[in-house]
Amino acid sequence: MGNEAVARGLYEAGVAVVSSYPGTPSTEITEYSAEYDAMYTEWAPNEKVALEVAIGSAIAGKRAFSGMKHVGLNVAADPLYTVSYIGVNAGLVIGVADDPGMHSSQNEQDSRNHAKAAKIPMLEPASSEECLAYTKLAYDLSEQFDTPVLLRLTTRISHARSLAEVGERVEREAVPYQKDAMKYVMMPAMARPRHIAVEKRTEALVQWAETAPVNTVEWNSTDVGIITSGIAYQYAKEAMGDKASYLKLGMVYPLPEQLIREFAAKVKTLYVIEELDDFIETHCKKMGIAVHGKDTFPLCGEYSQSLIREKLLGVTPAPMKLEETLPVRPPVMCAGCPHRGVFYALNRLKTYVSGDIGCYTLGSSAPLSAIDACVCMGASVSGAHGVSKAVGTMNNKLPVAIIGDSTFIHSGVTGLINVAYNQAASVTLILDNSITGMTGHQQNPTTGLTIKGDPTTAVDLEALCKAVGIQDVTVVDPYDLPATYAAIKKAVEGTTASVIISRRPCALLKTVKHSAPLAVAADKCTGCKACLRIGCPATSMKDGKMVIDRNQCVGCGQCVSLCKFGAIGGMEA
Amino acid sequence: MSDNTVKNIMIVGVGGQGTLLASKLLGQVLVANGFDVKVSEVHGMSQRGGSVCTYVRYGKEVASPLIDLGEADIIVAFEALEAARYLPYLKKGGVLVTADQQIDPMPVITGVTTYPENLLEKLAACDIKLVSCDALALAEQAGSSKAVNIVLMGLLARHMDFPRQDWLDAIEAVVPARFLDMNRKAFDLAG
Repeated sequence: MGNEAVARGLYEAGVAVVSSYPGTPSTEITEYSAEYDAMYTEWAPNEKVALEVAIGSAIAGKRAFSGMKHVGLNVAADPLYTVSYIGVNAGLVIGVADDPGMHSSQNEQDSRNHAKAAKIPMLEPASSEECLAYTKLAYDLSEQFDTPVLLRLTTRISHARSLAEVGERVEREAVPYQKDAMKYVMMPAMARPRHIAVEKRTEALVQWAETAPVNTVEWNSTDVGIITSGIAYQYAKEAMGDKASYLKLGMVYPLPEQLIREFAAKVKTLYVIEELDDFIETHCKKMGIAVHGKDTFPLCGEYSQSLIREKLLGVTPAPMKLEETLPVRPPVMCAGCPHRGVFYALNRLKTYVSGDIGCYTLGSSAPLSAIDACVCMGASVSGAHGVSKAVGTMNNKLPVAIIGDSTFIHSGVTGLINVAYNQAASVTLILDNSITGMTGHQQNPTTGLTIKGDPTTAVDLEALCKAVGIQDVTVVDPYDLPATYAAIKKAVEGTTASVIISRRPCALLKTVKHSAPLAVAADKCTGCKACLRIGCPATSMKDGKMVIDRNQCVGCGQCVSLCKFGAIGGMEA
Repeated sequence: MSDNTVKNIMIVGVGGQGTLLASKLLGQVLVANGFDVKVSEVHGMSQRGGSVCTYVRYGKEVASPLIDLGEADIIVAFEALEAARYLPYLKKGGVLVTADQQIDPMPVITGVTTYPENLLEKLAACDIKLVSCDALALAEQAGSSKAVNIVLMGLLARHMDFPRQDWLDAIEAVVPARFLDMNRKAFDLAG
């Protein structure tokens, strides 16, 4: 897997410290890193903390890495833009994974814009093999040019498996640290000369890019020339083969000038094929080069070989298809998910629900349909605060923020401090499932375990909420749906800020023991469908009666109390 | 296969059914047979009960990790509706290996729409070779409903030209030791 190859590259490059926050499609870089005992690897509470940890290591003289998804880089943007000025002592690389097509993301931003804005060089590999090689190259560049280096991945690079040749780890002595306030302390007097150094560094990097081994030209037919990078190169190559010549840019910032001019001069028609923004295209146009880019290819979504065939060769596939319309299959909360009942309760209570990033975003889908807004990690708590300050209540009920345990630590707690400090009347519902769920079960500061599974201090959520000034903190078991409903109802009908912690481990955790599947007594079931409103994938209607799929049902019992006729029970029912 | 031919296999199903392990297994078999292989997976939100697909491409040299409309030589489907959904990706005359299992998607559960009837019959009428089995029953017979993925890989193996031992070695490489016997049994039951 591309992410696995990046981890291998870190290991071989002699990296000492890896600090990251999970986010699809970047997560496995850090999970695989943790398998190498030679590197200290950790999950940090958020991306800003993670990058700052890596910066500390790089200043102290040991190679360091921080990995995150594209939106995570926004969280880490503050240290990112200034460490660009500081540079490094030992190498510093930041891995950022974009998600074209938004397989598991809330936006489709192009991280290359961060590289340009922060003036940090960015490499973009096009295969697992290049993931490994570019990761190692990134450290050499970092130390040669005294700069952090960004490594841009995309979903189809991160999550594609292909062969890569592994090498040996090169252990590295710590680069001696020398106190140097002019380099490491960014106050105006020091930052001004550092900014000049950054501009000079970029000029030097442009020179490097002109002949860089990662910027390669493949000459075939010169009727069509394609400038491309990363996964888009593979799509172009697949679609056009030797019907086009390629300039493949392994470094996407800063971009070479002479190399592009020379390539452009030798081809009849020039295209830039890049996912997502018109980044390389804009660079070419600024140099006055006539080029086709987003006039031909879309700004949105993932590319593919057939898209390129269609646009450049006019070939469109004529696929087989069944006549009928097939029902869509959107993602849903798993059977036994402890979040389900909470959303059922919120749906019934009809107040404003400020959502957040995690599995519980799925509470927005029918039939639960219980989320009003979802912006970014942590935004639920502060968003509900804003609703509270603007209109007080909706339907005479306090606004609710809904957030997971890991996300609360990531950036929800600052919002809760604001709720307490500025006296908002909102309800914060922390869905504590004892793990970071959506990204595939990563430990976090509330779980009491490190990335390696070793025991450690766990954040006491109740004590934390009380410590920031929320007096009313209650804990509920979401499998007890009537009690959960009652607690949320009481809170939203109140007048002061409160926290409800809904505590029950993720149903997919291997440590969770499940009960026997439930069954429906057909003679008692009236087919009223009240139970289906909880949106469990293990339930469905067959011949007018509710049935439970025993292969999916984990016996959580959240549906039981919804049946007024007592039709749902154990297998003997 | 001629030198530059790239073969395309898609594995499709419902998130959580074990498609990722199946693609890993297939990848192992192909690497063991000396091919350049690219496997593209989807993680994160789609894995939560949504429609999922994994692409496996192999040949002398593979560029793109994606398989596009009309490009798949074989599709392995873990569920009937998903088999129908990904039919447009199959080449004319291609092989569709599918479990006959039906899992209702949420819009069917909530009654917004209905599960299409007689999907396998309709698929059989297309210009494809359809191979189906009750993978769930066979997996349960082997010892666990979770072994559906290995049953289907067993069925796929019968439509590919790799030695049985390569598949068994690959199973050993990707499955935890304590489930090995059960999975070996599941692999063989597909025949």
